[in-house]
Amino acid sequence: MTGYPVLSTLIFAPVVGAVALLFMPRANVRETRLAALSVSFLVFLLSIPLWTEFREGTAALQFVENRAWVPALGITWSLGLDGLSMPLALLTTFLTPICILASWSIQDRVKEYMAAFLLLEAAMLGTFAAQDLLLFYVCWEAMLIPMFLIIGVWGGRRRIYAALKFFIFTVVGSLPMFIAILYLYFQSGATSFDLASIREALRASPLALDVSRVCFVAFAVAFAVKVPVWPLHTWLPDAHVEAPTAGSVILAGVLLKMGTYGLLRFAIPLFPEAAAHYAPVMIALAVIGIIYGSLMCLAQEDMKKLIAYSSVAHLGFCVLGMFAFSEKALQGAVLQMINHGISTGALFLCVGVLYERRHTRLLEDFGGIARVVPAFSAVLIIVTLSSIGLPGTNGFVGEFLILLGAFETQPLAAILATSGVVLGAVYMLWMVQRVLFGKIVHEENEALGDLRGREWATLLPLLVLIFFIGLAPNVLLSRMEPTLTKLVQDVRDSARVSAPPSEEER
Amino acid sequence: MNDAARCLTILPFLCLAGFLINGILGRRLGRSAGTLVGVAAALGSFLCALPVAREVFTTGVSVHAPLWTWIETAGLTVNFAFVADRLSVVMLLVVTGVGTLIHLYSAGYMSHDRSVPRYFAYLNLFMFSMLVLILADNLLVLFVGWEGVGLCSYLLIGFWYEDPEKALAGRKAFIVNRIGDFGFVLGMFGLFVVFGSLDFTAIQQNLLTAQDRLQAPVPFLNITTVTAITLALFFGATGKSAQIPLYTWLPDAMAGPTPVSALIHAATMVTSGLYMICRLSHLFVLSPATMGVIAGVGAATALFAALIGLAQTDIKKVLAYSTVSQLGFMFLAMGVGAFSAGFFHVVTHAFFKALLFLGAGSVIHGMSGEQDMRRMGGLRGKLPATFATMLVGTIAIAGIPPLAGFFSKDEIVWRAWSSPQGLILGTMALLSSALTSFYMFRLVAMTFLGQPRGSAEVHSHAHESPWTMVLPLAILAILSAGAGFLNVPEVLHGSAWFSAWLAPVLGTFKPAAAAAAGDHHAAEMGLMVVSTLIAFAGSGLALWIYVKNPGLPAAFVQRSAAMGQMYALVRDRFYIDEAYDRVIVRPVKVIAVILWTFVDVLLIDMFVNLIALVAEVISEAARRIQDGAVGTYAVWFLAGAMLVLGFVVWSGVAA
Repeated sequence: MTGYPVLSTLIFAPVVGAVALLFMPRANVRETRLAALSVSFLVFLLSIPLWTEFREGTAALQFVENRAWVPALGITWSLGLDGLSMPLALLTTFLTPICILASWSIQDRVKEYMAAFLLLEAAMLGTFAAQDLLLFYVCWEAMLIPMFLIIGVWGGRRRIYAALKFFIFTVVGSLPMFIAILYLYFQSGATSFDLASIREALRASPLALDVSRVCFVAFAVAFAVKVPVWPLHTWLPDAHVEAPTAGSVILAGVLLKMGTYGLLRFAIPLFPEAAAHYAPVMIALAVIGIIYGSLMCLAQEDMKKLIAYSSVAHLGFCVLGMFAFSEKALQGAVLQMINHGISTGALFLCVGVLYERRHTRLLEDFGGIARVVPAFSAVLIIVTLSSIGLPGTNGFVGEFLILLGAFETQPLAAILATSGVVLGAVYMLWMVQRVLFGKIVHEENEALGDLRGREWATLLPLLVLIFFIGLAPNVLLSRMEPTLTKLVQDVRDSARVSAPPSEEER
Repeated sequence: MNDAARCLTILPFLCLAGFLINGILGRRLGRSAGTLVGVAAALGSFLCALPVAREVFTTGVSVHAPLWTWIETAGLTVNFAFVADRLSVVMLLVVTGVGTLIHLYSAGYMSHDRSVPRYFAYLNLFMFSMLVLILADNLLVLFVGWEGVGLCSYLLIGFWYEDPEKALAGRKAFIVNRIGDFGFVLGMFGLFVVFGSLDFTAIQQNLLTAQDRLQAPVPFLNITTVTAITLALFFGATGKSAQIPLYTWLPDAMAGPTPVSALIHAATMVTSGLYMICRLSHLFVLSPATMGVIAGVGAATALFAALIGLAQTDIKKVLAYSTVSQLGFMFLAMGVGAFSAGFFHVVTHAFFKALLFLGAGSVIHGMSGEQDMRRMGGLRGKLPATFATMLVGTIAIAGIPPLAGFFSKDEIVWRAWSSPQGLILGTMALLSSALTSFYMFRLVAMTFLGQPRGSAEVHSHAHESPWTMVLPLAILAILSAGAGFLNVPEVLHGSAWFSAWLAPVLGTFKPAAAAAAGDHHAAEMGLMVVSTLIAFAGSGLALWIYVKNPGLPAAFVQRSAAMGQMYALVRDRFYIDEAYDRVIVRPVKVIAVILWTFVDVLLIDMFVNLIALVAEVISEAARRIQDGAVGTYAVWFLAGAMLVLGFVVWSGVAA
């Protein structure tokens, strides 16, 4: 264990960096970028102990910090990570420098942009680390503001519409959760908003069945918007299309995971019985999302929209894995959250590479460019294969575990979801073909330049992870396993969800 | 770890290294260095396979090479491990041996291409994936290879991607295979639920204990689950091994370079489905229903594809349908429980079909890219070596003794005939045999015999291929001629060595075993004579028509309208592709667009936009945020936080 409050350091370092950036002279654009990159890279370095010092084999919280914050109101500065949140926190610190490096093309108000990104990072880390419901809520809402600005200020033509849509969906969605948090605090008689103490209090005096179900729904809706679960997904394509490249990367990479993370951290453990009760609904929505999202991809002409809808399908797999209440499926779901961050992040970077050169993302504006940009084409193909879950890449392990686990508890849903794997290949290869193959029909594409050093720097780390996780997923799985096993056990114990046959029963 | 195990460990990775070198440094290496790396990697893996083969063939014991634990979580353990046993060692020699020859051939065939290093990179990656597939010691690692070969097939079919048709054919192959994978994956899930493991040895062990105790110690092990699992797996096999209903990608796959067609789409990858069934034969034999389906699909595919092969004029298309048909034969064998016979046909077919494809490639090469047999003819003198070797391949595939195809195919026909549904299956097999002999000799006649029908210029430039291409043809011709003697049946006083060698690792199908028991030597002998006569008749008829009376087919077709329509139906492959397109592909696209415009954009978003209308007032304020300095953002941030806190305080007071 580290001797200093590592999590607080990680949360405040980007804030300090952001404030410092604001004092830099506006003319020094280059220096501002480098400074932002250094700060985010430093944060990444600071986060490495989260991995190296993490104790395997326990579901307990680690790197715990617990301080009174607003004692009068029972709000605590309570932080900690476990096998669920640690990989996500690392994903955040890993993707942020990549996003900043991918933002070199931002010319306008550079320091504000960079500051917004660093503040976003702080809020994301806070959201993953928070062990106090109110602290979580503050960080959750705090993420909204920089993201809203990144889309609304530095976005495309319809940025205001997209930013507002994003904002309204999320705010409206999370208000019921806020009320439920307050209700829980006052009703349970807990001494603070600290998650552990609220769970303790709930165990001592459980909520009435229907009340806990209402609370679950209030939480679940807030998180489902973020995931996004069908039919709450329509903000996502617009947000992605209008957001700058890095905004899309972080949106797909981390922000969507807030939804699935919230379900796993709060909605399910706080109301296990309700979670089991509503599992069929969630699974049905997940399966609809997988198939519906895949079909949507077939109707898209804008690459970013296509990838956005593919996210709806991919996150559908995660939700299926979470509500199948099987250890394997849950392991797969969390792994797939990481994988989606890597693969879809890389896909958006690839689209960004094209956009910077041609200022268009329409499929029909490309075609045949494999000949002029061979390196880019190879990268795009690898990332695509990872996205459609080819064995050897990260996507396969996640999808396989989800579907295998779900098959044990929810065979019908698993079978339907597996058909989504076929559709995934259809739309992704369709995209690749229309961009890379055939003859060049637009003269402008003849002069397209291949990947540059900075672009390699953003893509290469992701490529390495695609294969590393694909070939040695155990490194991650073993760290996640105790936490996730306990989560599934808790649900089973309290809700008596039928368990798949254990080894002994065979 | 002894030498054999060490060789087994490194041999697939030689090909992977070849892929990485050519893939990453390709453009710096250039053509000749790239070729050298590619061929050396394949040859190296073949040389490494030799000690492994010696070890297995002398001791009969498997060689194991564990690598690392791939997935270990929540009761699922999957090791990345290779094993060379009696079954995989045969496949290992075929893949590395034929693979090396085709790499060598490619050095000549592709020498004028713009992206030679990329070609060899893909080809080496294919070898690597194929080796993973055959050496895997569990189903999931097999699936890694299974998908890997599919990927390489996709990349190589679309190798000349600037032609949209070719890129499309590659994508079609991948997607049709994915549809098959749907079944494969579900079968795998079922297997895991039943056996709690995906290891071949563990599954087999479980099955043996179940049989020993005459009751199922495994709770879900019953005839229904086994049938469901094996049918799902077989559906996966129909994708990779191009059977009805998923065969349509293979003829289109001919868009790839011809050596690729020889290696991937004839000799190795397309037999993966059969290999998988052999690997799990102990499981498949438990379900007579599945076995019946396999036999039926195999026989139907064999006949159907042979029929289409009759009317094709593209030399590669004929061979493609021939491959589909021959694979059907192999499935028929599996379905009647003749696993070793089916697998023997996998091996001999790898030799003669690779030979035929490479020969066709040599013709195409010599004819400056011409593939239409209607513009060939009379090439016998121009390409003597190609003609001679292709003739050997044709005699072999036609089932004329004593070449390899005779022994392997005859065993299948006999086993089909002596199965419970023998009359139907056996007749279908004999009919397909006759058609095979006919369309193959038609191919030889149209290409090499008679008068030149193409442009005089192309014909005069036609030339024999360089030694790198002829040498593989010669070696494969020798193998096609001689390999049959590995499995001479007892009725011909042979020892059936190949069947005996594989027997310990293959399952026994009870109904078939019962039917085959007893003294049927006279019947077997009789059938052998009949099928040989049929092969001769088919070839004789083809030669008589296409050499002596080349005008006959056209006259035959023009005799009546019905005849013409029937011919068109066969020539246009029974419009199966068009039907799939109308019934599946287009509706899915239409549904996607309808859902998007009506549900997503109209229905859901209309609701949202209603809310947004209210928010438009706020947008005025938001626009101001945009123009403001950072201070404004901070104020907003603080205001938000204050709002939250205020609410808390208020609720606290209220409570």
